[in-house]
Amino acid sequence: MSAPTLIPPSADDVRVERTLTLGDRLRAASARNRSRTARVSGPTAAVLKYVSLVVASLVAIVPLVTLLFASFKTKAEFAATGPLDPPKNWLNFSNYSKVLLEGDMIVAFVNTLVILAVALVGTILLGTMTAYAIDRFNFRGRGLVMSGFLVAALVPAVTTQVATFKIINFLGVFNTRWSVILLFLGTDIIAIQIFMQFMRSISRSLDEAAMLDGANRFRIYRSVILPLLRPAIATVVIIKGIAIYNEFYLPFLYMPSGDLGVLSTALFRFKGPQGSEWELIAACTILVIVPTLVAFLALQRHIYSGLTSGATK
Amino acid sequence: MALLTPNRARTSSVPPRTRRGWRITPWLFLVVPLVLLLTFTYLPVANMVWWSFTSWDGLKPEKIFVGWKNYHRIFTDPDILQVFLVSAYYLVGAAIQLVLALYFAVILSFRTRLKNLFKGIIFFPYLVNGVAIGIAFLFFFRPDGTLDALLALFGVTDPPTWLGDPSIANYSLAFTSVWRYMGLNFVLFLGAIQSIPEDVYEAADLDGATTWHKVRYIVIPGISQIIGLTAILAISGALSVFEIPFIMTGGANGTTTFVIRTIDLAFEYRKLGLGSAMGIVLLLLVILITIVQRKLVPTEKGDLA
Repeated sequence: MSAPTLIPPSADDVRVERTLTLGDRLRAASARNRSRTARVSGPTAAVLKYVSLVVASLVAIVPLVTLLFASFKTKAEFAATGPLDPPKNWLNFSNYSKVLLEGDMIVAFVNTLVILAVALVGTILLGTMTAYAIDRFNFRGRGLVMSGFLVAALVPAVTTQVATFKIINFLGVFNTRWSVILLFLGTDIIAIQIFMQFMRSISRSLDEAAMLDGANRFRIYRSVILPLLRPAIATVVIIKGIAIYNEFYLPFLYMPSGDLGVLSTALFRFKGPQGSEWELIAACTILVIVPTLVAFLALQRHIYSGLTSGATK
Repeated sequence: MALLTPNRARTSSVPPRTRRGWRITPWLFLVVPLVLLLTFTYLPVANMVWWSFTSWDGLKPEKIFVGWKNYHRIFTDPDILQVFLVSAYYLVGAAIQLVLALYFAVILSFRTRLKNLFKGIIFFPYLVNGVAIGIAFLFFFRPDGTLDALLALFGVTDPPTWLGDPSIANYSLAFTSVWRYMGLNFVLFLGAIQSIPEDVYEAADLDGATTWHKVRYIVIPGISQIIGLTAILAISGALSVFEIPFIMTGGANGTTTFVIRTIDLAFEYRKLGLGSAMGIVLLLLVILITIVQRKLVPTEKGDLA
């Protein structure tokens, strides 16, 4: 895998090399202790290892691939064939065009993109501002503010919706995109933690140099801190992007109107009235999965490292 | 001296102004994030604490104080206690999920053909939209669906109704949950294993350690922190399961979880007081579990905890 020149070598590249040498070492070691390690790393173990990997891959793939099969079948074909039979015509896109033309999926794509864009930009601005204020200023109440954000990370959003509902209603944003955007912004503690973590590794001497040059605090935030936070911003975009794209409960609760569906809720509603038209439901589901697959293939390495750094915060 | 005086005058006059500037500036950065934090996290929690001691239906202007009645009911009403038991299926599922994730992380940390392909395939389900997963598994488990067709290949002709039979439905849903989340645990474990310094293995080689010894005495202790963190997340996750059962069965056939029951009570049955009390109980459980974890496995980044 050759990295495009734009991307600096990440920790992952180093890791890959390291594991290879690690594997070599272990094999060298097992050669030295052949009598004892034969049981663990002999041919039987290798077979078992690959068999288990193939079984796991099949378990991961089969539920999605059968759905893909169904999405290319005609109604009659679906009724006549089993779920494991591939479609006769792999280019039968009629289910897809039907879903796109009749369902609310195009509107849902647009709504999802709008919410994704606004919520991501907002999360990045607010998160970096919070991290900058907490990390670079000494002010009364700093400890309280910081623990305010940290304790909030313990509150699972799903438990508080009973009360959040009233607040959304009170603000008059129920059944608008703003309800969900506000909630994505207001309950996003993980992003703030990632920014705070990263901010600590940015040397204060840069701030001080800019201050000596006469830059004020907003200027420093804007031209020194924000550009340097780019790797953390990438992590947040990935973690939050996945979460927002996949979010079901908030839009389900706060955007019930038909033309305000996002992909999750539009798919959920599509499942309902279609009854047993599985070939259409399958096409609709595959439509939702494809952008995820494309993003995964394009950003694999960044997604792995983003999740790893995000989860351990 | 004459040269120094104006200098000193300047240095003594500048700090107060800067300090006053410092006092307001951080709050300018913080005002919007703090308002959002208070409005959407702390205000709801405070409201729920208050409502949990009332019999409010969410509509009437007056809220009648009922003391601990709602909390008492949560721990005595068999209808509500039963949903705690549903969490047990997901807890067992989470345990299996962690073991599987650890197994695949360990074997993929050694040299493996098609390593990146296997890694990607095992991980990908975690990224898939929850509703799409729910539908994929409705298709998988439905009568004459994928699972039945697979079993027919092995000669099983009379399979149960995986989602319709109350004695099986929760196993099917817990399996779906394991399918969805195992990949995340696996990638986190794999990342942790690969960050163990190499010289530890070299030292083990010199001592003649076997592969099993290395897994047992280097890999597992080396990633114990992330195992602990993941286990806690899995327990909190098992208590607050919502999406998969809600999308797949809507809570029918004995698959109602704590969160589904809470939402039903609050929004369908207009028992906002009782629903709030259930939300607070879940919140306290999750916080308790997190505190226990922080005590048991102290994080390296102590300043964040």
